[in-house]
Amino acid sequence: MDLVIARPEGLYCPAGDFYIDPWRPVERSVITHAHGDHARTGNTHYLAAAPGEGILRSRLGQDINLQTLPYGERLVHHGVTLSFHPAGHVLGSAQVRLEYQGEVWVASGDYKVEPDGTCAPFEPVRCHTFITESTFGLPIYRWQPQAQIFAGINEWWRGNIANGKASVLFCYSFGKAQRILHGIDASIGPILSHGAVEPLNRVYRDAGIYIPETLYAGDFKKNDPLLRQALIIAPPSAGGSTWIRRFGDYSDAFASGWMRLRGTRRRRGVDRGFVLSDHADWPGLLWAIEQTGAERVMVTHGSVGVLVRHLREKGLDAQGFTTEYGDDEEEVTA
Amino acid sequence: MKAFAELYANLDATTSSNAKLAALQGYFRQAPPADAAWAVYFLSGGRPRQLVPTRLLRDMATEASGIEPWLFEESYQSVGDLAETISLLLPESTYTSEDGLAVWLEEKLLPLRGLPPTELAERLPALWAQLDQPSLMLCIKLITGSFRVGVSKLLVTRALAAMAELDSKRVAQRLVGYTDLSNRPTAEGYLKLIAAESSDEHAQRGGQPYPFFLAHGLAQPVEQFDALLGSPADWQVEWKWDGIRAQVVKREGRLWVWSRGEELVTERFPELHALVSGLPDGTVIDGEIVVWKDAVQPFALLQQRIGRKTLSKKVLEDAPVAVLAYDLLEHQGDDWRNHSQAERRAQLEQVIAQCNQPVLLPSPLLTGRTWQDLARQREDSRKLGVEGMMLKARDGLYGVGRTKDMGVWWKWKVDPFSVDAVLIYAQRGHGRRASLYSDYTFAVWDGPPGSERTLVPFAKAYSGLTDEEMRKVDAIVRKTTVEKFGPVSSVTPSMVFELGFEGIALSKRHKSGIAVRFPRMLRWRQDKHVEDADNLGTLQDLLS
Ligand SMILES: [Zn+2]
Ligand SMILES: [Zn+2]
Repeated sequence: MDLVIARPEGLYCPAGDFYIDPWRPVERSVITHAHGDHARTGNTHYLAAAPGEGILRSRLGQDINLQTLPYGERLVHHGVTLSFHPAGHVLGSAQVRLEYQGEVWVASGDYKVEPDGTCAPFEPVRCHTFITESTFGLPIYRWQPQAQIFAGINEWWRGNIANGKASVLFCYSFGKAQRILHGIDASIGPILSHGAVEPLNRVYRDAGIYIPETLYAGDFKKNDPLLRQALIIAPPSAGGSTWIRRFGDYSDAFASGWMRLRGTRRRRGVDRGFVLSDHADWPGLLWAIEQTGAERVMVTHGSVGVLVRHLREKGLDAQGFTTEYGDDEEEVTA
Repeated sequence: MKAFAELYANLDATTSSNAKLAALQGYFRQAPPADAAWAVYFLSGGRPRQLVPTRLLRDMATEASGIEPWLFEESYQSVGDLAETISLLLPESTYTSEDGLAVWLEEKLLPLRGLPPTELAERLPALWAQLDQPSLMLCIKLITGSFRVGVSKLLVTRALAAMAELDSKRVAQRLVGYTDLSNRPTAEGYLKLIAAESSDEHAQRGGQPYPFFLAHGLAQPVEQFDALLGSPADWQVEWKWDGIRAQVVKREGRLWVWSRGEELVTERFPELHALVSGLPDGTVIDGEIVVWKDAVQPFALLQQRIGRKTLSKKVLEDAPVAVLAYDLLEHQGDDWRNHSQAERRAQLEQVIAQCNQPVLLPSPLLTGRTWQDLARQREDSRKLGVEGMMLKARDGLYGVGRTKDMGVWWKWKVDPFSVDAVLIYAQRGHGRRASLYSDYTFAVWDGPPGSERTLVPFAKAYSGLTDEEMRKVDAIVRKTTVEKFGPVSSVTPSMVFELGFEGIALSKRHKSGIAVRFPRMLRWRQDKHVEDADNLGTLQDLLS
């Protein structure tokens, strides 16, 4: 029997009568992480990993009916044993392990295999069936170690200071922004964050994660000399807005896994592209799948067809799951 | 190699000419002359012939990447650029070669040409392992002859001139012919490009032509000409010929013919050799090469002749050429570009008369009392086989490229032909457009409305849309794709475009029986249904 099936409302566990990351309002939802395409408003009950509570409440509302569970702790519901395990994607992100009558399924949500210090690192969980994402499911996607990327950002920032320019770095405001703040060299200059980023910084700080001091970009007037030294962290939607004009002469950059391709870099029209993703690259996906020991793999959002075919050629029983999850590397969805 | 890869990345990353100029100057300041020589060659459009067949390169890259061929294909589809795809798939190198561009080309890459596949299979992976990802992409672009970057030759010229503290016209002149296939870039050649100007520079010139002076389009309505241009009497007016722009250089008892692409084309036009005896040494004439039989013949004839590898007697009889001369750049060994247009023209007429060869004719001057009068004459353009008129300021000097500061040439073209056509195939573009469907094939119906009819392709076009429109078309292409053939997708016909083109001719090579010149998209007719598109009959009517 399948422990999880695809329904119009979302991924559904018939034995437990609940949904994982539903995209339409349901009675019982289990949430892997707080990105807008995975955690939506309108569900009656929410269950999530404990470290994600602060973010979930700040994004979906303080008063949602939310129950949390520490990583690794088990909960039995209608005979289905459920537990959360770190996915290494963003603060509070979890894989959902389901066990029923000796069958084990794991739904990954979104995951990244390189530890980054802003959330619990990815832990492979043994299972019979693994539900994996495939955002970067092509062999052209291979990430450099993040230390190299942060060094690149530091160097770009210093270079801009030398040229008297502000440094505007666009990235997804939840997760990517905090990971960058955590990883860069904060002694280079002042750091400003956009209004969409600042509340999330606070949640991370409250969770005990090191985020350097950030100033609110909205407090600065055009021509403030401090801007010439500053690194400004902003969501992609701020590009081309009137908000951005206050920085006068600036250099801009975009941090995303998609920056790996010259074409997407050029279409973004920014001065620099930093290849930094909160998702697994191709070797990461294959490694994670192998670590689960699963014989059956269900592939969701991304390069579904490619990953399914590749896994089948490797002798696994793979198939695609149609979902409505989006792409949190590119646009702000919440 | 690494430094050149960095330059490439910098040039690629910005659209600002100032930033590009700075990047070029930065590179040339530190580059050893042997490397700079090759950099100038590639940046100004030089392209050695392909070194390794693409098929072979793909197979070897797939093998070295350790992935299945279908996965390579999927990756290529997603990236849109072969060199980039390969560079992203090959094992990452931990070591980067310190060898410069010249060593890479002369010792590692050029010797690959013509090697048997077994030999290539040994050498290529060993070369790839020496390069980091950006250098690798560049290396493969050089191997496949697909190196392109968004800098103009003018910008390269300016960078070199600024660095060497030279007049950029001087550098432009020295650069002419630099990308010719017969020219192998050398440190010595590069040092000559940037050398201080010598007093006998003039004497060393050999067959070098001058940089071409280019015209600007004039699209304003004729009613505004008086305000814009003043009296027609201040302008030298000629037909705009539809041929090959060329300079005829006669020095030291020899003749050179250069095309506007700065390619030496002397050998392709043997009938012009008669000018060796007719023109005195120290003469340079600017004009248009056309097929001439008492009158100018369609460009298609000239194009067919250029396509031929060998010129048979029959070809020379069927499509004889002549030069319609319109400017004199050098006379009796003196640079005449700083004489006025009127003076140059008067002197040119004397040179042509003294030469007295039927292959050298003056481009006739047109006169009209008013602009309206000239506009009426211009209406005969199509009938006469010309593209419209050229307006040249009588007191203007001969500039460089598209400059306007010393005089100006306007091309006053007749409106292009246009038809409404249906998009039936789309192909991913190159470079900046590599991930977008930006190159399209268009079709018209083979019968009138109401009849049993099919769409026949007749033109390809890739320019004329805004980025915004292109993104929309791209999205529709993705949604309506029927079949994929490599980078090309066939789509369910749904989009109608107004296509403009400059000329039309019968063609046996095209399914439609028709070939058009310079097709481009004028407008996306979102108001039109596929059924409303034009049919072959419309095109055939334009032929007469
Ligand atoms: Zn996510
Ligand atoms: Zn996701």
